[in-house]
Amino acid sequence: MNAIARLFRKLGFLTGREKFDADLEEEMRFHHEQQARELEADGMTREAAQHAARRQFGNDTRIHEQSREVVSFRAESVVQDSRFALRQLRKNPGFAITAVLMLTLGIAACVALFAFVDSALIKPLPYKDPSRLVGVYESVQVFPRSNLSWEDYRDWKKMQKVYSSFDVWTGAGFLLNTPSGVQPAMGARVSAGFFSTLGVRPILGRDFRPGEDSAAKPRTALITYATWQQRFAGRRDVVGQSVTLDGTPTTIIGVLPREFHFAPRGPADFWLPIQELNGCEKRRGCHNLYGVARLKDGVSVATALADMKSIAAQLEKQYPDTNRGQRAAVVSLTEAIVGDVRPLFLVLFSGAALLLLIACVNVSNLLLVRAENRRREMAVRGALGASRGRLVLQFFIESFVLVVAGGVLGLAAAYATMRLLLRLIPSDLLDYVPYLQGMSFNPRVLGFAGLVALLAVGIFSLAPSLRLSPSNLRSDLAEGGRGSAGTVWRRFGSNLVVLELAIAVVLLAGAGLITRSFYHLLHVELGFAPDHLATLEVAASGKAYEKPEQQVLLARQIVTTVKTLPGVQSAAISTRLPISGNGNTTWIRILGHPYNGEHNEVNEREVGSEYFATIKSRIVNGRYFTETDDASRPKVLIINQALAKKFFPGEDPIGKKIGDTSLSPDSMREIVGVVDDIREGGLNEEIWPAVYHPFNQDPDNYLTIVARTSQAEQAVLPGLVAGIHKVDPNIGTRNPLTMVQIINNSPTAYIQCTAAWLVGGFAVLALVLGVVGLYGVIAYSVSQRTREIGVRMALGAQKSSVYQLILKEAGVLTVLGVVAGLACAIGAAAFMGKLLFGVRSWDIPTLASVALLLGLSALVASFIPARRAASVNPVEALRAE
Amino acid sequence: MARKTDLLPGTLDMLILKTLSRVPLHGYGIALSIKSASDDVLTVEEGSLYPALQRLLLQGWVKAEWKITETNRRARYYTLTAAGQKQLSHELSQFDQMIVAITRVLQDA
Repeated sequence: MNAIARLFRKLGFLTGREKFDADLEEEMRFHHEQQARELEADGMTREAAQHAARRQFGNDTRIHEQSREVVSFRAESVVQDSRFALRQLRKNPGFAITAVLMLTLGIAACVALFAFVDSALIKPLPYKDPSRLVGVYESVQVFPRSNLSWEDYRDWKKMQKVYSSFDVWTGAGFLLNTPSGVQPAMGARVSAGFFSTLGVRPILGRDFRPGEDSAAKPRTALITYATWQQRFAGRRDVVGQSVTLDGTPTTIIGVLPREFHFAPRGPADFWLPIQELNGCEKRRGCHNLYGVARLKDGVSVATALADMKSIAAQLEKQYPDTNRGQRAAVVSLTEAIVGDVRPLFLVLFSGAALLLLIACVNVSNLLLVRAENRRREMAVRGALGASRGRLVLQFFIESFVLVVAGGVLGLAAAYATMRLLLRLIPSDLLDYVPYLQGMSFNPRVLGFAGLVALLAVGIFSLAPSLRLSPSNLRSDLAEGGRGSAGTVWRRFGSNLVVLELAIAVVLLAGAGLITRSFYHLLHVELGFAPDHLATLEVAASGKAYEKPEQQVLLARQIVTTVKTLPGVQSAAISTRLPISGNGNTTWIRILGHPYNGEHNEVNEREVGSEYFATIKSRIVNGRYFTETDDASRPKVLIINQALAKKFFPGEDPIGKKIGDTSLSPDSMREIVGVVDDIREGGLNEEIWPAVYHPFNQDPDNYLTIVARTSQAEQAVLPGLVAGIHKVDPNIGTRNPLTMVQIINNSPTAYIQCTAAWLVGGFAVLALVLGVVGLYGVIAYSVSQRTREIGVRMALGAQKSSVYQLILKEAGVLTVLGVVAGLACAIGAAAFMGKLLFGVRSWDIPTLASVALLLGLSALVASFIPARRAASVNPVEALRAE
Repeated sequence: MARKTDLLPGTLDMLILKTLSRVPLHGYGIALSIKSASDDVLTVEEGSLYPALQRLLLQGWVKAEWKITETNRRARYYTLTAAGQKQLSHELSQFDQMIVAITRVLQDA
């Protein structure tokens, strides 16, 4: 009740503010006069009495202000101050625009990258209780996380005591019959409990039932939300519909939720239960599955790992032939999904944060300089009765206005940046980082932006307020703000520049290292000529291509057709392209060499007769395959140099025989050639030993065509697809790509490329901001020292010594910045270690060029004010004061 | 000028209310009255007086109206309200308790 009455009274005062002021004014005037009259009665002259009364009364305006503060709302003065702040900023647009732009830049970069970090590393995976999910793998020396075999999975599942459920999945490609012909569709095969282990429920239809993953059950499939929308127009009657996958009718039983994604698989439209086991799954020694399991309550990843290891050891004893060296690996599913991108995102985010820091430092420096220039204004306002709180509030509001402007623009720019960056990711790569598509301005991102803004306001208003102590104000008033550069600024502002330069050095060094590493990566020895190569994946299914002879015939037809295409010089086939990754391995044993059961894991590829010639790989010993190396001839193979070096040191491998672990007669092949090491795996991976089989002796209905072109390879790609469909319209084709695209989009190259561009961009901006900051500091210092310089010159100082004076000041700051920066850069590079390839973190040339670049830029930036200082006219400088 | 004795913190409102409880006065009159009633020991600074009067107005403990003084000048006179009377007795009793407590402490020492 009371409070409401008070509020109304307050409102009354405020609405009649003119009256309030007038009343107070008159009342106080009356007080003065009464006092003066009394003093006069005591015998003072009229003037002296009035003077004394005024003196005794104190500062009218101050009393007036205080009286008013009692009745006014805090908000009223805030509104006033904001208006004042805006007026101040409008009066000085150069300052305002610079400050807002810098803040926009910093906030945009930082918020955009935070959104990436959030979507990848913070936002929980779209599964139930994702922290209890683990990825389960077998582990061999060359593959720390390798696949499980079906038989091993069955045994692990039976023997394990740590999971409440344990399922497997494997990628699969299907040929889908559509009204417009056969189209390849990506998918996965999973054990029936897969989705219930993840805790994902179809939004339409049902999940697989237990036991539905058996060859006896009818074929069923779940589809993703995107597939439902695109292929089935989001119709609810899709459940129960039949589609033909690989020529087999399959019933769609459900639609997965929109937010569901499963990054390890990459692109997947159709999810089928593992029903009929394929050739690989029938053998214990053939590994093609990945495990996903939910930990029982209270079981840690380490406990699960120990359990899996003991099971693997048991199986190793039980099946020494197939399971020798097969250990186990268990990691949290989150780690399995985002572990690879974490270092990249953290490095990029740190880069953006550093950029924001530089921007903030620059803006605080501007504000400090401004505060120096407004010392007199503050002193006068203080003397006229503004309380210290009010002055601090003024700074606070000014920074608040700046930060709000910068923040709003920054958020808009961040949004645009996020969209742009997302669009820049090639769509086939985006399938492997699906969580990025969930990126948005969610509460976490907005909260982060708010936090950044709050910190910025804090920093900006703190610095200038520091010097608002009463004694400072008094001396400012006395000096009239004309003294030498303020001590606070000297101590603070110039040191901030050292910080800026150091950050610029760190970012430049980081960018330099990543760029060098990227360069190394792109110039790594490939073992073939990647230019002018067009490639296309081809899948032929159905009865017509079941038998090896049919497959050989098809391959021959395809190669012949492709060769006739305009612009194609030569063409060949392979089962797997270079750079696509190590794997698809086999275990070899060499006839006549001692053997004690170890698994000699080597890459295995089936290639057509002209493959090596087409990709321009050199045969260093022996011969190429010929078209006649087919089923009717003795089995042969070509090995790479790495294999020759590892298994035939000091021996001529030509004519030697290689077989499987038991040297079964059917597996024996004679080495007919040694080829240069072709980089089958990622650009940053080591060369593995590899064997190449002639396609004609080991055909497949899934193959990749490689064509060397005489013209731009990109232009040949459409013709390639059309040519294949001329052979048979029912053949599926996928991924028409040039070899250069494949290399550039390979994960390592892509990550390095992105990192190089982004960190490089940050570094350039940081360099510009840092150098502008240095320029500002030196220019301001010169303007403050004009008089001093004038005196020096009047006393006979030469221009050169004035140059020296100014350049020395800049030089000290630069050297400090560079040295501090280099020290931090070496530390920061260690943090980037995982991203770097072929470069050490203390790469001298990079660090030296960074120091040189920054030094030169700093020289230019300080030369301009130095010139201004040297051209000071001593007479004018002295008269000006 | 006589040395000013600072008021005990928080007592200004009470002194003003007490002064006004005897007779309505203008600001200058209040200052004068407190000064003379305390034998020139207590001086009310104008800088505290006027903000304090606004505060009391806001609380509704006093009301103000413009009147003509004996010297034929316009002045704002403050009058104690019923709420102000209540507040005064509340503050007085609190002050008494405080004095008693302080005296006791000092006697023991």
